[in-house]
Amino acid sequence: MATALIRRPIDWTGIIFAIVLTLVIVLPLIVVGTWAFTNVWRFPAVIPQEFGLRFWNQTLARADVWGSITMSLTLATTVTGLSALICLPAAYAFARLDFPGRDILFFSFLAGHAFPKFGLLVAIAGIFLQLNLIGTFWGVVLIQLVGTLLFMIWIPVAAFQSVDRRMEEAARDVGAGPFRVFWSITLPQAGPTIAAAILLSFVGTFYETEGAWLIGAPQVRTLPVLMISFINNQPVIQYGAVLSVLLWVPSFIALLFARRVVNSGSFARGFGG
Amino acid sequence: MSILKIKDVSKIFASGQVRAVDNFSLDVADGELVCLLGPSGSGKSTLLRMVGGFERPTSGLMTIDGEDITHVPPEKRPTGMVFQSHALWTHMNVFKNLAFGLKLRKVAPDEIKRRVEAVLDLVGLNGYGTRHVAKLSGGQQQRVALARSLVLEPKILLLDEPFASLDQHLRERLREEVRDIQQRLKITTLFVTHGQDEALSMADRIVVMRDGRTEQIDRPEVIYREPQTPFVAGFIGTMNLIEGNVANGIFSKAGYSTPLPVGDGPAIMAIRPEALDLAIAGEGSQGKVHRVTDYGTHGLVDLELNDATRIKAMVPHPDLFKAGQSVTLTPKAIAAYRDGVVIHRA
Repeated sequence: MATALIRRPIDWTGIIFAIVLTLVIVLPLIVVGTWAFTNVWRFPAVIPQEFGLRFWNQTLARADVWGSITMSLTLATTVTGLSALICLPAAYAFARLDFPGRDILFFSFLAGHAFPKFGLLVAIAGIFLQLNLIGTFWGVVLIQLVGTLLFMIWIPVAAFQSVDRRMEEAARDVGAGPFRVFWSITLPQAGPTIAAAILLSFVGTFYETEGAWLIGAPQVRTLPVLMISFINNQPVIQYGAVLSVLLWVPSFIALLFARRVVNSGSFARGFGG
Repeated sequence: MSILKIKDVSKIFASGQVRAVDNFSLDVADGELVCLLGPSGSGKSTLLRMVGGFERPTSGLMTIDGEDITHVPPEKRPTGMVFQSHALWTHMNVFKNLAFGLKLRKVAPDEIKRRVEAVLDLVGLNGYGTRHVAKLSGGQQQRVALARSLVLEPKILLLDEPFASLDQHLRERLREEVRDIQQRLKITTLFVTHGQDEALSMADRIVVMRDGRTEQIDRPEVIYREPQTPFVAGFIGTMNLIEGNVANGIFSKAGYSTPLPVGDGPAIMAIRPEALDLAIAGEGSQGKVHRVTDYGTHGLVDLELNDATRIKAMVPHPDLFKAGQSVTLTPKAIAAYRDGVVIHRA
């Protein structure tokens, strides 16, 4: 009974942390979400005078919005597909083979994230200019591909390393050749973690702005680039808000999937957890 | 007919630094269960993995039914391996685990179903086909692993410490079941273990290994009663190994002496605890009781010779002895070793 009388101390640090997180993350999301479904909201009213879908109709009626959605989806799919094609075999090699320079090469994928990104992009843009890749679809694909390398190498490497080698040996023992072992045992075992890496890669590419703007603009306009131009050039806030809400969709899907993988611990293993 | 022949097989790891298996030879007869027994690092698992095709021998020859399998990949060998960690495929249910190998052999679906059900029945898991393997107990998982190998009807069954991860009670039950199944199917089996109980209770023959080499190959009772080297004597069961000297046909060590009809020189005397009679000494004490442990069915008396050498004696009535008592020792059966080989047995 004595334990019932012991009060748990109030975790003020936790409470302050939660409040700051709410103010910094949740509040802006609520404001943007509210603006997206607002027809009229004039100062000094705290809540909008009129809710509605007027600006959704106007935004979705624009050809440049649909063009940028199509461009973003095409780019994200192409980049993710190419990244998987290049990185997954490389990740398997990193996980299973011991070759000279393996560790240095493996850590070199961090290099792209170790320096200020914009400076790196400007340097690459200089090279792309000489190669006539500025303002082209494939120029943007290449620049965004670089950004996916870390996720698409490091996480699958951990996924392949965590597959029990005895399972693979057991498959060979019952008659499966090396390719069949990879297809039927290794890949399904590493699958959820690799899927998380692919999803992260897709979402990261979908949201990527600096590379797409610096290399692609004005010919290649992705949804985030269009959103920035709306926010900068349009006096009506709702256009930018509607595009923002549209951009949330992939991250919500990613979040739902990542939760499943995080719970199984395989996502954490991707970063050595 | 000998079905598995291993001839002069060696395995050297890490550019010649580690000789895991050293010039090993063994013939396993049709339907025989042979245990590879030895401490960690003795090369028994490496040898089994070479038979399974997961390691390549550095030299030597291995044949199954006369056919050279030395460099045949594992998927093409007529062997079935049960791993210590079970190695079940956790993304498949029990049925799919068992059917995988049959599908690879393009067996008709009806036949796959019949064979899987038959083997599940054999291992006592009838009706478990749709269960997820991760949700089975350790013992059930081990049965599925065994069934996965048996369903393919391999010529040689390889068991790599299959009970090591199970608790004592389950281990004892499963080893009886596995032995029953092995005898019923008459399947030639090579079994790796570091548990002497397992080897003694299951094997037709035991191969005691040390540093990649054979110390002794014999039937379990011979290995236990007539160990050929001091290592085997010390490794199998509990054995008192007393290092002393022989002079004029008398072995002596720290106040303890007994006749030993061999030439003069150093010798190791081996006496099983159950072959050592104790009597409370009136005079001429040869040792002192250090501790008495009562196991219910018998007792184990820890003794100290005069130079603090510890030995054990098994007694039917442990309550007769107390710590500190002086005792005399009378061995009923002894073996003596010199230079690593047996020189006397009585």
